[in-house]
Amino acid sequence: MLRFLTRRALGAIVILFLLVLLTYLAVMSLPVDQAMLNCPKGCSPQQLAIVRHNMGLDKSNFEQVLDYVKGLFVGASHGADGFCNAPCLGYSQSRHQFVIDVIMDNYPATIMLALGGSVCFLVIGVTLGMVSAWKQGSLFDTIASSFSQLGQSTQIFFVAPLAMALFVTNLHWLDKPGYTPFTEDPISSITGMILPWLVLSIIFWSNYTRQVRSLMIEQLSEDHIRAARAKGMSNRYVWWRYALRGAMAPIVTIFGLDLGVVLSGAVITEVSFGIHGLGMLAVKSVTAQDTQLELGVLLFSAAAILVFNIVVDAAYGLLDPRVRIG
Amino acid sequence: MSTLTKPEAAGTPAGAGDAFLSVRDLRVRFRTEDGIVKAVNELNFDLEAGKTLGIVGESGSGKSVSNLAVMGLHNPRNTTIEGSIKLEGQELIGLPQRDLEKLRGNKMAMIFQDSLAALSPYYTIGRQIAEPFMKHTGANKKEGRERAIEMLAKVGIPQPDKRVDSYPHEFSGGMRQRAMIAMSLVCNPKLLIADEPTTALDVTVQAQIVDLLKDLQQEFGTSIIFITHDLGVIREIADDVLVMYAGRAVERGTMREILKTPQHPYGWGLLSSIPRINASVDIPLRPIPGSPPSLLNPPSGCAFNPRCEFREQVTGDKCRTERPALEEANGHLSACHLTPAQKQSILTEQILPRLSS
Ligand SMILES: Nc1ncnc2c1ncn2[C@@H]1O[C@H](COP(=O)(O)OP(=O)(O)OP(=O)(O)O)[C@@H](O)[C@H]1O
Ligand SMILES: [Mg+2]
Repeated sequence: MLRFLTRRALGAIVILFLLVLLTYLAVMSLPVDQAMLNCPKGCSPQQLAIVRHNMGLDKSNFEQVLDYVKGLFVGASHGADGFCNAPCLGYSQSRHQFVIDVIMDNYPATIMLALGGSVCFLVIGVTLGMVSAWKQGSLFDTIASSFSQLGQSTQIFFVAPLAMALFVTNLHWLDKPGYTPFTEDPISSITGMILPWLVLSIIFWSNYTRQVRSLMIEQLSEDHIRAARAKGMSNRYVWWRYALRGAMAPIVTIFGLDLGVVLSGAVITEVSFGIHGLGMLAVKSVTAQDTQLELGVLLFSAAAILVFNIVVDAAYGLLDPRVRIG
Repeated sequence: MSTLTKPEAAGTPAGAGDAFLSVRDLRVRFRTEDGIVKAVNELNFDLEAGKTLGIVGESGSGKSVSNLAVMGLHNPRNTTIEGSIKLEGQELIGLPQRDLEKLRGNKMAMIFQDSLAALSPYYTIGRQIAEPFMKHTGANKKEGRERAIEMLAKVGIPQPDKRVDSYPHEFSGGMRQRAMIAMSLVCNPKLLIADEPTTALDVTVQAQIVDLLKDLQQEFGTSIIFITHDLGVIREIADDVLVMYAGRAVERGTMREILKTPQHPYGWGLLSSIPRINASVDIPLRPIPGSPPSLLNPPSGCAFNPRCEFREQVTGDKCRTERPALEEANGHLSACHLTPAQKQSILTEQILPRLSS
């Protein structure tokens, strides 16, 4: 297990490194002069040169990338702004803060949205899938599968305003959604997230419903299910202990991957509900033309996805005795 | 030898059902998208305590389906089962699931052909053996584990106290089949149904498994239904033999009768189609020509008639219009319109010379 994890972690680092290289080069090729953006209006060429030098923009592209990577591992000093600890993701010109600090300020909202949302889509999706498989061919099955199809073809930017108009503006069932830190006010922290959670989960749960349904039906037709019944095990026992156990590994896999996706920032949901998380930050960094922030958010998101990929593979090894990892 | 209730027309319950297992007029139908599959029709057989009934027949002839019906393992949603299956006098057809569960794995057990598929990959061998024991005897986990080790030892798995914690994929095919036998016998069932338990194994392992079953039968007095394609295995283990074709019994008798003096063209074909070690090389194997009939639209009359090479010898068009009853001819039951005399002469003049070298 340890060997597996080290191997995969090293692999992830290589991928991130390549990602830094590619995105850095891409960002640098943009026709945006960072120095110009950070120079007061009508600044002289001398002033511009100083800003450029302070930002390290007068170095060659290669040196800049190298500095960035060095910052990731050992940190970097940023003149008057102090020392940026490793992993240093650079300095945000629009926020006048280190990128890593900006991300850390915004990440709790994403975590809150992701965790609550994923619990919603897991519970709803798996429950509907199980009942559909159990009552295969019934009215419930038909309705659930139609809803799945509907959910899968829905767009969040369409549903979110509708849901807000209905539940917040018209019915007054919920307050205006938004993120409040849980430690500050647990109740409004949760009530403010209910709508975003549900809306985010719409595009995810339908996939679980379909997967769980077909996995369970497939499992129930397996020979070992018949053999277990031949031993006198009850239908209920066979259902929970054998069929569900067999469906578990694939479901956990999908869930882990989805968790990685939502934890790397749900852009549309965050923007639709005005939640200041990683996704919103990504959008803002782009509109502010803050390249260091863009780059930092991108890397951070990619790291979240990579971590969950590794977690998923490890979980698969634990859940299926036939899979050996190491 | 077990007694066969001999004079009987198919469909009429004969004998008072005093045998250990008695199947009468069993019909199994599946509703499918294409229509109704008549998988088993008017099947009758008895099995005596401690004896072995071999069931042979082509793929798709209804061997598994009829025995799954005995175990009550068909999906009631698309299956209708009619007739009577009595185990020690208790009627199994129509028995509530709850009561069936108490019998399965306890009084009657089943082993399957593909041991890798029939064991769950997610649980240890030990747990899967202990499960029915714990369920039926109320034993706790520790007792269950001990019993699993005991059973593994009994079926000849080396180091049972270690292997009890292995997963199925860590066993070889032969060991897995032994483990499955251990699993089925863990509650000392009185009836064991073995559905092609040796088909997936190589010949030496096959022989070991057959010997093991025979030994265990001796020890516990288990009655066995042994389904196979292999007449060699039948010779080893069966007391009586039932030959099935298209969901019906076409021949039934003692092992000697069926193997030495088969009375049905399908049985003759079967004999001619198996390789013999002592046959000279240039005697060709004769596979039965044609393919098994559709069970959705079985041929009228005798289901074997389209493939039968002796059809012309029956007067009139009886083979195509009238289904032959399972009746005694030359010592045991067979379902064919040929007269006993015709059968005897075909057997001695055509079939047996083909086989001998
Ligand atoms: N659940 C089912 N639904 C529909 N048809 C079925 C079902 N189970 C079996 N059958 C059909 O019933 C017939 C008999 O099948 P069965 O499994 O008893 O054959 P078998 O004699 O055991 O063959 P084999 O030697 O290949 O195991 C086959 O034609 C099969 O297609
Ligand atoms: Mg079969």
